[in-house]
Amino acid sequence: MELFVFICAAAMVLVGAIGVVVRSHPVHAALSLVLTLFGVAVLFVAKEAHFLAAVQVIVYSGAIVVLFLFVIMLLGVDNVEDLRIEPITVQRPLATVVGIGTLALLVTAVVQAQDSVRTGSGTGIDEAIATGDPDSNVRQIARDLFGDHVFAFELVSVLLIVAVVGTVLLSRRPDKSLTSDGGRR
Amino acid sequence: MSAAVLAVEVTSTWYLVLAAALFCIGMVGVMVRRNPLVMFMCVELMLNAVNLSFVALASELGDIRGQTIVLFVMVVAAAEVVVGLGIVVAILRRRPKATADDLAELKG
Repeated sequence: MELFVFICAAAMVLVGAIGVVVRSHPVHAALSLVLTLFGVAVLFVAKEAHFLAAVQVIVYSGAIVVLFLFVIMLLGVDNVEDLRIEPITVQRPLATVVGIGTLALLVTAVVQAQDSVRTGSGTGIDEAIATGDPDSNVRQIARDLFGDHVFAFELVSVLLIVAVVGTVLLSRRPDKSLTSDGGRR
Repeated sequence: MSAAVLAVEVTSTWYLVLAAALFCIGMVGVMVRRNPLVMFMCVELMLNAVNLSFVALASELGDIRGQTIVLFVMVVAAAEVVVGLGIVVAILRRRPKATADDLAELKG
């Protein structure tokens, strides 16, 4: 059963990812991205990360992809990019070679190191699951987040505020009444 | 499907190999595509690959901290997308057909 879930989710992830790269229409690429993100959410559930799977669907598929689609439609850049035009002639073969080379390197490293990972050496996800508590994953993450990483959590809130204010400043149209005096702002 | 196929155990190595494949597809996409929006999507693919390997190793090691880090990565990715799309909107408003090749200078 686990094998079946993994194969289906992996097929979703890979088909979606290749779709993002090869589809010439930006809207199709964004929809392929949704497929990949849902596949990753399924894999999160298979790896006992239930809270992260929910966050993945809400934040990525619900917010980020919708933001992408909004920008595509707002700007009207949904024109089809002609993928046959190749501005730098060696770019695509070179990128493919680099990609396959990196993949080979990573797979070799992972397969070489698979026996050296100390299984179950941490503080125990499995124990909480074994006790049969349905909220154990959320509770563990909350305890870790608000215990050991509370300072990083507060810093992240500052980062979000800075990002929101920066985006509002970036996307605001220049105010005519302020720029009329010789372009001074 | 025979019982031997069903008995195959899905180890963390499978997840890590899948994450490596996802990362490399995203990397090729960033290098090949010229539409800045699609390049952002490929960066999201790479971030998801990293998240997947974090979750796989968190489960393998039985350590919840891997999942906490994934939460932080998601927040930072959301902030990055917001700022990046703001910049893309600002650029494309001036030059509607701009691709990554046309953006060699910062002055609009």
